[in-house]
Amino acid sequence: MAAKPDIRVQAEDFDQADEISSLTRGRTDIGAVATFTGLCRSEGESLSALELEHYPGMAEAKIMQAAQRACARWPLDGMTVIHRYGVIQPGEQIVLVIATSRHRDAAFDGARYVMDFLKTDAPFWKKEHRTDGQAGDWVDAKESDETAKKRWAE
Amino acid sequence: MSATTKLMYFSWIRERVGASEEILTLPDNLDTVSDLLSWMKTRNEGFAAALEFPDIIRVALDQEHVEHDAPIGSAKEIALFPPMTGG
Repeated sequence: MAAKPDIRVQAEDFDQADEISSLTRGRTDIGAVATFTGLCRSEGESLSALELEHYPGMAEAKIMQAAQRACARWPLDGMTVIHRYGVIQPGEQIVLVIATSRHRDAAFDGARYVMDFLKTDAPFWKKEHRTDGQAGDWVDAKESDETAKKRWAE
Repeated sequence: MSATTKLMYFSWIRERVGASEEILTLPDNLDTVSDLLSWMKTRNEGFAAALEFPDIIRVALDQEHVEHDAPIGSAKEIALFPPMTGG
C-alpha cells in the first residue's frame, strides 16, 4: 500500500529532526531518509526578508497531489512536506520535504520529484523585502523550474 | 442566470486590482477564461494594469489550473495569479 503523505502549510517554523523521528520512530524496515530543506537567502545582504503568500486550500491540494504521485511511483514508506507562509528572514527555513524508503534511490527521487512539482504547481508567491528600504519586487518565476519537472516525464 | 462567482486575486495581481477577493455576477456572454480576462480588463484601471499581459496570467477554476481556452462553466471560485514562486 502506498504511503500516506503528511502535508502541512503553516506560518510556524519546523524542526527537521522531530519530523524525521516521527517518520522513523519504532520502525526497523526503513533504510533511507532523504530530506530537502529550502532556506531564505539574503541575496548579498540586499534582502531583509521574503514574504510568502499562498492560496489556502489549493496550496495543500497541489502539494498533496504531487506527493501522492510520488508515493504511487516509488516504494516510499513515508513522505512529509511542510511549506511556510508569512514573513521569513534570511537563514530561516521555508520548505521541508522528507521521503523515507527501504533504499536510497526511491527516497532521493521521491523527495526531488515533489520539490520539482511544488515549485511550479503549488500556489505560493514570494515578495522581496529590501534592506535599503525601497519597495521590494515579487520574485519572477524561473524557466529552469519548468524544465526541472520535465525530467520526470514518464 | 445570475449566480454569483467568487473571484480571488494573488500576488501582484491582488496589489494592482486593490482587492484579494470579491463576489461578482459575471456577464452572461463570457464562455471561456479568455473571455473573462478580456472583460475584467475593461472594468477599471487597476484591472487594466493587472491584466495588461493576459498570456502570463494563471487561472484556477474551483482550485484547478485551466488553460485560457477552457470554458468557465459553473465554476464557483475563480482565482487569478502570476506563475508560482514557492519552494
